[in-house]
Amino acid sequence: MTLRADAPPQTHVRRFGRTQRWVHRSTAALMGVCVATAACLYIPEFAELVGRRELVVRIHEWAGLALPAPVLAGLASRAFRADLGFLNRFGPHDRVWLRAALHRDKRRSSRPAGKFNAGQKIYAAWIAGASLAMLGTGLLMWFTHLTPIQWRTSATFVHDWLALTIGIVLAGHIGMALGDPEARRGLRTGLVSKEWADREHSLWRH
Amino acid sequence: MRSGYGNLTGTREPWSAGVRGCSNEYVNPEQPEPDGPRPQAQDRHPEAAGRPIGRRVLLGTLGLGALGVVTAPTLQRGLEAFLGSAADKDPTGLTGLLPNGGGFRYYSVASSVPHKNAANYRLRIDGLVDRPATYTLNDLRAMPQTRMVKDVQCVTGWRVPDTPFEGVRLSQLLDAAGVRAEGTAIRFSCFDGTYTESLTLDQARRADVLVALRMQDKDIGHSHGGPVRLYVAPMYFYKSAKWLSGITVTKDVQPGYWEDRGYDVDAWVGRSNGRDDDPTS
Repeated sequence: MTLRADAPPQTHVRRFGRTQRWVHRSTAALMGVCVATAACLYIPEFAELVGRRELVVRIHEWAGLALPAPVLAGLASRAFRADLGFLNRFGPHDRVWLRAALHRDKRRSSRPAGKFNAGQKIYAAWIAGASLAMLGTGLLMWFTHLTPIQWRTSATFVHDWLALTIGIVLAGHIGMALGDPEARRGLRTGLVSKEWADREHSLWRH
Repeated sequence: MRSGYGNLTGTREPWSAGVRGCSNEYVNPEQPEPDGPRPQAQDRHPEAAGRPIGRRVLLGTLGLGALGVVTAPTLQRGLEAFLGSAADKDPTGLTGLLPNGGGFRYYSVASSVPHKNAANYRLRIDGLVDRPATYTLNDLRAMPQTRMVKDVQCVTGWRVPDTPFEGVRLSQLLDAAGVRAEGTAIRFSCFDGTYTESLTLDQARRADVLVALRMQDKDIGHSHGGPVRLYVAPMYFYKSAKWLSGITVTKDVQPGYWEDRGYDVDAWVGRSNGRDDDPTS
């Protein structure tokens, strides 16, 4: 079979540039360190296995502190800011998508989505807010001499429960990605097939 | 940019029109376009419009977190009561993994802790004493045992109610060794090679301070600091050093591991570390 040079079929579209992929990768790595060290501090079996509590605490603290850095650095990129804009704005079609998700309606026609679907938008906003809440409570636990000790206890309470929630939501996020190789390819290479884009993100103007 | 918005700035993302609120936001579509601009620049594409709900979700989550910190004391009491009773009836042990789900947590400051048993465990008593001594596990078991049932309170907040501890009163070991007049404090060391603790002599002689061999009516397992740990009933649990291997009478109090890192040396439950828990003893 010979490829025709005069009419190359447009089979791939660009979904993410270098900045978005770099931001996602760095954030994922830092989040991974946070989760792994948290498990070693929290789950008795892992704590017994690893010990070195002070070192693990230090790594956890610094990884948490660095967690917002990739996104902040990414703000320098116009393309990244544009994607944040897409994530922020909810149109009428997002309401349709959410309603279909609630009713487990998997038909394409009832799941209209732009570059990001409504579920991805909610996830992005929630995980950003939750990470900042973890950062705030984490700082209260870290610099104990700055606040009364009751604050530290309260911050620990929120930090513990929110950590559990984030763990579950994050597992969902990773599970969704595992179920969609083309979406993973988009974040790995920046390109997705046009067919996938039209099917999954019908309103996205690529 | 203002005048030619519709056809010259095709690279601008369409959503930004809705964000800015420029005065000419809705002007361009009404003007006739001279020569075929991108048609979709004019119809209100679903992605171009929309409300900033993402930002609200983000701030809302953050706000809930802050609210959680403010209301934590109330929430925590309620949850602990609920999870405490649930943990009693939970055969799977999963509630133990929930925050404050009742039960003990394993904290070790060392990278690995050797396992000791009746064959190789030794407790050394030395320092400012007349008769330094080394006890085996069986030596300790042969001595009079004291059993106490009290709450355990950790300085990080968790509390385990009505926990039985059993062992030899520390005061008895001190009397047997004969503390010299210049000795006023005790330094405890542990076979994890890292952890240390301290008590004043008066604190150490209290009747509710044990060299504990049993906890929850079982021999103390490795993960709980076995075979022998300290049990200082009236103080936060970091004073109850795990894997106890050395008792040294000293001239002054030498702050222990966590006390070098900011915790109070006199760690009375409810009267130290800025906390107001109910006393445990």
